[in-house]
Amino acid sequence: MTETLYSELPSQRSTAFDPPAELGLLRERAPISRMKFPDGHLGWLVTSYELAREVHADRRFSSRAELQHSPRPVAGKPVPQRPPAKPGMFIGMDAPDHTRYRKLLTGQFTVRRMNQLMPRIEEIVAEHLAAMRASGTSADLVADFALPVPSMVICELLGVPYEDRQAFQEDTAKALRLDSTFEEIMEAFERLEDFVLQLAKRKHVEPGDDMLSGLIATGELTDEEVANMGLLLLVAGHETTANMLGIGTLLLLQHPEQVAALQADPSLVDNAVEELMRYLSIIQFGTLRTALEDVEIGGVVVKAGESVSISVAAANRDPARFERPDEFDVRRSAAGHLAFGHGVHQCLGQQLARIEMRVGFAALFREFPDLRLGVPAEDVKLRTDMAIYGVHELPVEFS
Amino acid sequence: MKVEVDPDVCAGSGMCALTDPAVFDQDEVDGTVVLLQPSPTGEHEKAAREAAHLCPAGAIRVLD
Repeated sequence: MTETLYSELPSQRSTAFDPPAELGLLRERAPISRMKFPDGHLGWLVTSYELAREVHADRRFSSRAELQHSPRPVAGKPVPQRPPAKPGMFIGMDAPDHTRYRKLLTGQFTVRRMNQLMPRIEEIVAEHLAAMRASGTSADLVADFALPVPSMVICELLGVPYEDRQAFQEDTAKALRLDSTFEEIMEAFERLEDFVLQLAKRKHVEPGDDMLSGLIATGELTDEEVANMGLLLLVAGHETTANMLGIGTLLLLQHPEQVAALQADPSLVDNAVEELMRYLSIIQFGTLRTALEDVEIGGVVVKAGESVSISVAAANRDPARFERPDEFDVRRSAAGHLAFGHGVHQCLGQQLARIEMRVGFAALFREFPDLRLGVPAEDVKLRTDMAIYGVHELPVEFS
Repeated sequence: MKVEVDPDVCAGSGMCALTDPAVFDQDEVDGTVVLLQPSPTGEHEKAAREAAHLCPAGAIRVLD
C-alpha cells in the first residue's frame, strides 16, 4: 500500500452515534494514512482493527508523553510541545517505569476484587435511582445518575471525600473541553494535582482503608507519585463511565426492541455493555503512540519520532472484524473491541467500568421500565465539544 | 491442547479471568495471570483460545 492521504483527523459527525463518515472511507482506502496534527506534525492515522491492535501491541510504539503529538484540537495555537509525564502519571510512560507503577495497582482491579465491590455498587445505583423516583416523574439522567454513580464509586475506592466532587468534576470538564487553551488545560491539571496531593499528605498522617492509603503504605512511592497515580484513576474513573451511562441510555432509548430484549433476559446485559462500548467508542480522538524507531507496518514505514493516532471508533466499526459493524445489536459478541485500548496500557479500571455499567443499565431499565426521553432526540446536547464524547444532559421521563 | 502463560509480560487487565475463570485467575497481590487449568477441554478449550486472542499483553500462548 503506497497510497498516502493527507488530512486532519475528521471530527464532524453526521449522526449522534456514528463516528465521522470519512474515517470509514479512510479505512477502506488506506487504513494507515498520512495525517497532519494540530501542532503541524506530519504523522499517521490508523483506522482498521487489525492495524490498531498491531500498533497497540508493538512496544516500538511509545506512550511517553513528551514524544506525542496529539490529534486533539486545542484552542489558541501554536500548540506547545508536551512535557514529560510527572512522576506517577504512568499513562504517559513506557516500561520499566510504566510497569513499576501499574503493577502496584493491578492487584486492586482484578476481576475478583471488582466482583466483591458489586454489592456496594448496587447500593449506590439503587440510592440514586430511588432519589430520582422520589423527586417526581422526570430527571436529568446525567446529573442524577450517570455522573454521580461512578464518581461516588471511585471516590470511595480511592478515599477521596465525595463532598469535594464539584472541584474535581469541574476541573476534569475544563481539561476535556476542546475550546480550552493549552494553558487552561494545564492549570486545571495543576489544581487537580494539588487537590490529590493535599489529600495524599493528609492520608500519610491519617491513613484510611482506601487505595490512596494503600499506595502510601507500600513505602515505595513519594506523595507526589501517589497523588498523580490517584489523579489518573480519579479522572479516568468517573468521566468515561459517566459518559457511557449517559449516551448509552440515549442509544438504548432509540432502540426499544433492544431494551425489551434486555428486560426479558437480564443476563444479556454483559453482552450489551460490550456492544455499547464497541458501538459508541466515546474516546473521540482515540489513542496515540509515537515510533521509537522506524517501523514497517501496513505497507508503510513509520519513521522514528512520528506519531500514530489510532481511531478506536473506526477500528471498532471495521467490517473485517465485526459483521454489520454499523448495526447496534446487544445480542452480538463484541468481545475484542478496542474501546479499552489494547497492549500493556489497556485500561486498568476496565473490570470496574464493566461492573458499573452492567449494574447501572440493568437497574435503570428494571426500575424504570417505561423510561423515555423528555425532549426530542435531536435536542439532546451532544458532547461534540469534549475529548470524551457523550451527552451533556439527558432529560428523561417516567411514571 | 496446552496453555502457557507468562506473568512477567502480563499487564493485569483481567481479560483472561473474565473470559474463563475456570482456566485463568489473577494473582491477589499484583493481578498477574495465574493458570488454573493448563489443558482445558471442551468449551474451556474454546474460551482459552479466545482469552489468548484477547490478552492485551500477549501473555497467553495456546499450543496444539
